[in-house]
Amino acid sequence: MMNAVIAANAVSLTFQTADGPVHALKDVDLTVGQGDFVSFIGPSGCGKTTFLRTIAALEMPTAGELMVNGMTPDEARKARAYGYVFQAPGLYPWRTIAGNISLPLEIMGFSKPDRAKRVDRVLELVDLEGFGGRFPWQLSGGMQQRASIARALAFDADILLMDEPFGALDEIVRDRLNEALLELWRKTGKTIGFVTHSIPEAVYLSTRIVVMSPRPGRITRVIDSTLPAERPLDIRDSPEFIRLAHEVREALREGHGDDA
Amino acid sequence: MKNAIPILTVLLALVVIWYLAAIGMNSAWVRDQAARAGTELTTTELVKQTLTLERPVLPAPHQVAAGLWDGVAGQKITSKRSLVWHGWVTLSATLTGFAIGSLAGILLAVGIVHSRTMDQSVMPWAVASQTVPILAIAPMVIVVFASAGITGLLPKAIIAAWLSFFPVLVGMVKGLRTPDAMQLDQMKSWSASGGQVFWRLRLPSSMPYLFASLKVGIAAALVGTIVGELPAGASAGLGARLLSGSYYGQTVQIWAALFAAAALAAVLVVAIGRIEGVTLRRMGLVR
Repeated sequence: MMNAVIAANAVSLTFQTADGPVHALKDVDLTVGQGDFVSFIGPSGCGKTTFLRTIAALEMPTAGELMVNGMTPDEARKARAYGYVFQAPGLYPWRTIAGNISLPLEIMGFSKPDRAKRVDRVLELVDLEGFGGRFPWQLSGGMQQRASIARALAFDADILLMDEPFGALDEIVRDRLNEALLELWRKTGKTIGFVTHSIPEAVYLSTRIVVMSPRPGRITRVIDSTLPAERPLDIRDSPEFIRLAHEVREALREGHGDDA
Repeated sequence: MKNAIPILTVLLALVVIWYLAAIGMNSAWVRDQAARAGTELTTTELVKQTLTLERPVLPAPHQVAAGLWDGVAGQKITSKRSLVWHGWVTLSATLTGFAIGSLAGILLAVGIVHSRTMDQSVMPWAVASQTVPILAIAPMVIVVFASAGITGLLPKAIIAAWLSFFPVLVGMVKGLRTPDAMQLDQMKSWSASGGQVFWRLRLPSSMPYLFASLKVGIAAALVGTIVGELPAGASAGLGARLLSGSYYGQTVQIWAALFAAAALAAVLVVAIGRIEGVTLRRMGLVR
């Protein structure tokens, strides 16, 4: 295994609620290597988003050990280890696309010329050259989400954490963005953690697929992809793809138990 | 133009009702006078007289319009009989009070949003302050300030601020809390400081709420100023004009001052509405 970018050792997270404790995560063990594209898939309540949030230090594990780039998640965040892409683009309507991408850079104290250079570079990376001066409402939903990916890339984090980033988009746009994301991943060599509830999306994108199941939230299976690095969209009709998708579906069914 | 037709229809109906009411309410006095003089009145004469009395119970619209016109255009604007002069006295106190009140409302809202202690301690007092009848408080404010040698604009502005801070406070607390969990998480993921979250996210997000509450606030400030001009024999301002009109039975003067106050309120609210429109459109918050 290459050096571990994310290392989880028996990570548990229990929320105390009025109805008693909720085990969002229980004994999660996972190592993610440099440059991996890891998808987290599972039914709602399986803790996939919660796990991504603990990596980002947006939630604190109640037990176990979690290291990001050899640091605690909190330190890693301060060291700008990751960019986080949420379900909605969350662009500010009063800022242009360039202004939105520049926002985290301003917060982190990058100089003005440096900001402009970085904005141009990431706009090109997500194929939005020339859209920097537009306002969010002038862009389609897919373009807005691409702008939000550009914003997460602008400060050169090695890790990209994405929480169902394309969940609200239609199938056609989604296909295109999946293709573009793979291209971007190959070009930049980032480590990507990707939460989804779509089996084809997980299989198409990932080098590793982490299947999770609820009550308590846990990892039931980790499937290494046997697909080649080069993946045109029609690879989804290949027998290998269908076999993998079937394997993921089986793993989901096993984990689901009797509460399907 | 299509929008104008219903508005004009309602206006016309109001004017008709007003004329009928003026004739009805003033006729007793006119009949009394005629009986005392021992003359018979035809209906036409009765109607004519009810609409031209010097001190009618209810002045007719054209009398109010004439009074308003005389007050605005018929006097030198430095004259004590000029509605422009009185209007300016009221307006200056209103704007001062509105500025103080809005600033206080915004600052308190910022405190409430950032501090749990302030959230629990300030809000009940703010609500309580608004349940006290302003008519009872206003004379005391005037008297207390006067005993300290402060008269004129400032005491009235304080009363105006008293009424206008509350809508701004409530609106801004709501506005500063509009950013959702995702937007706040986003900021957290960039390790943003509290100040950065405030200036870059909370404050811009609150603008629609700020403007909505400013419109309520400025109308309230005008009411507060006029109330502040009523007690203690104030000699200037639309409130004083209302009061002296009622002392001397000058109903036309009262109504003219009332309409002047209403027009002033409308102008102020529309002005804030314009600023709101431009600002929010520039910020992309309305389209």
